[in-house]
Amino acid sequence: MPDGGHAGQLQIKGLVKEYRAGTPVLRGIDLNIEGTGLTAIIGPSGTGKSTIIRCINRLVDPTAGEIWLDVAGERIDMARQRGAGLRRSRRHIGMVFQEYNLVERLTVMENLLTGRLGFVSAWAAWRRKFPPQDFERAYALLKTVGLEAFANQRADALSGGQRQRVGIARALMQQPSLLLADEPTSSLDPKTSVEIMQLLRDQGLQHGIPVVVNMHDVELARRYADRIVGMTGGKVVFDGPPAELSDAVLQQIYGGTGWMA
Amino acid sequence: MSTTLKPAVQREPFVWSTSAKLIALGVLVYSVWVLAQIDISAERLGVGLKQGAKFIARMFPPDLSKMDILWSGISESLQIAVLATVLGITLSLPLGLLAARNMMPAGVSALGRGVIAVARSLHPVISAILFVKAVGFGPLAGILALTVGSVGFIGKLFADAIEEISPKQVEAVRATGASFMNVVLFGVLPQVLARFVGFCTYQLDSNLRNSTMVGIVGAGGIGGALFSAFQRFDYDFVFTILATIIAIIVAGELLVNAVRKALDV
Repeated sequence: MPDGGHAGQLQIKGLVKEYRAGTPVLRGIDLNIEGTGLTAIIGPSGTGKSTIIRCINRLVDPTAGEIWLDVAGERIDMARQRGAGLRRSRRHIGMVFQEYNLVERLTVMENLLTGRLGFVSAWAAWRRKFPPQDFERAYALLKTVGLEAFANQRADALSGGQRQRVGIARALMQQPSLLLADEPTSSLDPKTSVEIMQLLRDQGLQHGIPVVVNMHDVELARRYADRIVGMTGGKVVFDGPPAELSDAVLQQIYGGTGWMA
Repeated sequence: MSTTLKPAVQREPFVWSTSAKLIALGVLVYSVWVLAQIDISAERLGVGLKQGAKFIARMFPPDLSKMDILWSGISESLQIAVLATVLGITLSLPLGLLAARNMMPAGVSALGRGVIAVARSLHPVISAILFVKAVGFGPLAGILALTVGSVGFIGKLFADAIEEISPKQVEAVRATGASFMNVVLFGVLPQVLARFVGFCTYQLDSNLRNSTMVGIVGAGGIGGALFSAFQRFDYDFVFTILATIIAIIVAGELLVNAVRKALDV
């Protein structure tokens, strides 16, 4: 089943984040994510959806709280990690970004290999001396996302949807225990958005790891999430399967009714 | 919505602001006043043109008898230019990284920027005078002087280029758990390498010119022969030297353009 990724439990306890002292964006988040499946975090802009995701792999540092994650067989509090320990833990968390964040001037193949940089020394990486399994895995992942023909194209020659698929492949190159996605479809057209959500969901199941996605398209979330977490005002106000996401709950999350179908 | 908003200030587009007009006027007045101070008169211009014509006449026919002096001077200048550029590039790469405020803590980047600022503030000829005093006459002083100048130029532009990179690409590489060196190699350098090569080729061009000058103060190269020919009133030899210098610079520029095209920068 999983080729190295190990589905561990993600446990967030009392997560607080203040970008400016006195005005917390996250006001104490408690969240448990177990097993596989796609969890979608929805909510209005500025409510901290992106902040939660980025606290998990510490692209943002929490002000308070704990983030427990099973990493390589150990249970680690990501909020306490520093330096080399933090880098070692990050290797096991893959991330997909809203604007793809590929290194534009490198080829698709080189971008995929950057996913292995946590495991390879700078000297070896500069000479492109990655272990042969890395190259094999890269070609296999390119095939999975349907971009084999683009292996040696520069990343900036690709369309948005193609770039996001490379981004997903790059994250999977890490053989992560957890796959995070920060608004992965917000820059894509509706058809491509559906393809990307499908890919995220399928790859999560195939590798046996949980996928946590932050998104603002409620319908897309309903279609592809196994579980929806609704946030507003920095707190979780809904946590359950898409079937239970009623109009009343949506109104509580987003406020106002004019935008609903 | 039935109300319309009125603009706070009625303003036509493309009109100069008051302060812009005042500054332009100030510059104009200053220029006119300064011109009046300088001792320029039609008579002086006339005398100058006549002397200039006499001077150019004495350059012809060019003196072709001292080719060995010419050749040894030019080849020394070329060596100075190439060595100084290579050394300058090697030093600028780490120094530019250290001086980039988005890569390093404030103390380190301030120090890096300081070193670059000092290296830039000295004109190559002044640097050459200092190095001649320090290490004696000859090409070593010239190489050191032009290396300092190269580090100042490439280092500053390189640091500026690094500060302009997209943080998103860097963020993605960091998120994989890559070490700092790996983040630099794969997240930072790919974004700036093309521009860095551009700066280096420009500096090679510049060093070719500068290397002809440092000889004037004894730091090696053709400058020494040029200056002594001038002092001896050997204007025909001066012409030969100048013509050769121009030919070399133009050839150098064509070569650099070809290299840039080949490397696609």
